[in-house]
Amino acid sequence: MKQVMDFKLKANEKCGHGYSLLRLVPVHGTMPQVKPGQFAQVAVSNCREAYLRRPISINYADSHEMWLLVRRAGAGTNALCDLPESTVVNLMLPLGNGFSTDVEGCALLVGGGVGIAPLLMLGKRLAARGTEVRFLLGARSMSDLLELDLFRRTAEVAVATEDGTLGYKGLVTEHPLLQSTDITHIACCGPMPMMKAVARIARERGINCEVSLENTMACGIGACLCCVEDTVDSGNVCACKEGPVFNINRLKW
Amino acid sequence: MVDLSVKIGQLTLKNPVMTASGTFGYGEEFADFIDLSRLGGIIVKGTTLHPRQGNPYPRMVETPSGMLNAVGLQNKGVEHFANIIYPRIKDLDTRVIVNVSGASVEDYVGVCERLNGLDKVAAIEVNISCPNVKQGGMGFGTTCAGAESVVSAVRKAWDRTMIVKLTPNVTDITEIARAAEAAGADAVSLTNTFLGMAIDVERMRPYLSTVTGGLSGACIRPIAVRMVWQVANAVQVPVVGLGGIMNGRDAVEFMLAGATAVQIGTANFIDPQTSVKVVDYIEDYLTRHGMSSCSELIGAMKR
Ligand SMILES: Cc1cc2nc3c(=O)[nH]c(=O)nc-3n(C[C@H](O)[C@H](O)[C@H](O)COP(=O)(O)OP(=O)(O)OC[C@H]3O[C@@H](n4cnc5c(N)ncnc54)[C@H](O)[C@@H]3O)c2cc1C
Ligand SMILES: Cc1cc2nc3c(=O)[nH]c(=O)nc-3n(C[C@H](O)[C@H](O)[C@H](O)COP(=O)(O)O)c2cc1C
Ligand code: FES
Repeated sequence: MKQVMDFKLKANEKCGHGYSLLRLVPVHGTMPQVKPGQFAQVAVSNCREAYLRRPISINYADSHEMWLLVRRAGAGTNALCDLPESTVVNLMLPLGNGFSTDVEGCALLVGGGVGIAPLLMLGKRLAARGTEVRFLLGARSMSDLLELDLFRRTAEVAVATEDGTLGYKGLVTEHPLLQSTDITHIACCGPMPMMKAVARIARERGINCEVSLENTMACGIGACLCCVEDTVDSGNVCACKEGPVFNINRLKW
Repeated sequence: MVDLSVKIGQLTLKNPVMTASGTFGYGEEFADFIDLSRLGGIIVKGTTLHPRQGNPYPRMVETPSGMLNAVGLQNKGVEHFANIIYPRIKDLDTRVIVNVSGASVEDYVGVCERLNGLDKVAAIEVNISCPNVKQGGMGFGTTCAGAESVVSAVRKAWDRTMIVKLTPNVTDITEIARAAEAAGADAVSLTNTFLGMAIDVERMRPYLSTVTGGLSGACIRPIAVRMVWQVANAVQVPVVGLGGIMNGRDAVEFMLAGATAVQIGTANFIDPQTSVKVVDYIEDYLTRHGMSSCSELIGAMKR
């Protein structure tokens, strides 16, 4: 069930260049059940410019706390990154469909920039059910690779940086791991050009592939039809409700 | 105990708070957040005779204290509404009102004829004010003759309560309101969104696929309040006020200006519980001001 809930900011940890990890605990009641790839609509009460809520993926959630990993992209996310500890933050959650978790074989989880956020929980969930998991994480530079230790504790991690400061030098989409014949499933979240390139490779190689879209949203719950994605099977559908995760077979790109 | 009920045409609402078309889905989207039976009414998504895909993405951009949208009346058509949606929402303990749109007078009439068979549709809201469709829509609402043609044709096809939703994108909204009243409207609702535009200066492109879109949210409230006040002084039928209502105070402001009822739109996105909080606020307000019913509040602004 979706809820609108107050959370207290237990810790605001600055990480990388211009990111914050917000660690939140419910003010009252219990943590809702969250699926990997679902998101929250976050009210940015400390920012006049942010009239609407901001959609942010749930990075991690257990029965006590929840993490949001936020990149400074504008006024709203800046204000979120600067939230003082102990502030009360209002969230609507859990929203959207989330990634498939009934994956057999070997899953490659490809993340770029802040798009790695939903993949941590997905990797943990898949590994726990016995799916073989590999991460392929990309960033501009080493300092933009977030939560690397946590990913490494979950599964094998391959890295690509554009400046070559860590791992493969180049784009994630050029990384040899994407050509590995073991891979049977890809889950991908990151900048649009990256997701499109990964989708192209997956199509060429006939690999099942899901991507998480970041269409601009107003309501986040399927009520306003502002966030639509044009699909092969049903035309315009709400990315906030039928997505944000889509199998690439449904997409027109 | 205060009496929160209000009357619009033949329709009695348990309280004056409804949710605005296009901002509340079919109500179901909000069922996790609020008790829908606490609402005076739910005005569902704009419904047309045939399915519509709406406009291409991007359809939304945030603006200072508001947003521009260019949804373009995406809906699966009245037949889908009647067969799939209606059975799911007809037994809600609130008034279900269908927002009707069309590109021609025949379209509007066709939708009403199909809705005639659905007993639990308490009223229709005839949308002659959508800025996001090429034909019809707002076109009918910007001239007295256009408004008259749709409203009088719908009047012949629909016996239950008819609310006519007006566009603010006109020189004198009172003229259109009078034309709608003369053609048989039981009430008028205002305002729909204001035609607006925003440009991404770095990319040198409009934010919306349609270039222009409809502005809603808190930023339009003072203009909407002014228009509601003008129209309430110009027509005899009840006026339903909306435009940027964010909380109970704002709703009372519209009622003081002459609105018999109000609708909550964009605020539903910001706090999905706004509508029920507004109901609570109005009840408390009436009590605090020693009023026993909404009728004492409607148009009670002192000068
Ligand atoms: C389902 C979903 C999950 C997301 N998860 C995360 C996350 O985990 N961490 C994170 O940091 N960000 C995430 N985003 C992106 C985040 O919502 C936007 O960066 C944010 O809304 C920008 O708001 P702002 O006020 O900071 O910037 P604005 O001033 O509103 O915009 C700044 C820039 O960001 C772009 N932008 C605006 N809205 C969005 C949007 N919805 N998606 C992408 N770009 C946008 C604008 O075009 C502009 O270029 C997610 C978006 C979606 C839809
Ligand atoms: C995303 C969105 C979709 C809308 N769709 C419709 C619609 O289908 N029919 C209609 O009459 N009005 C529609 N409207 C207009 C609202 O019902 C309302 O008139 C307007 O938003 C002003 O009120 P507000 O400022 O409280 O949102 C829509 C508004 C928004 C923001
Ligand atoms: S954001 Fe409103 S329907 Fe998706």
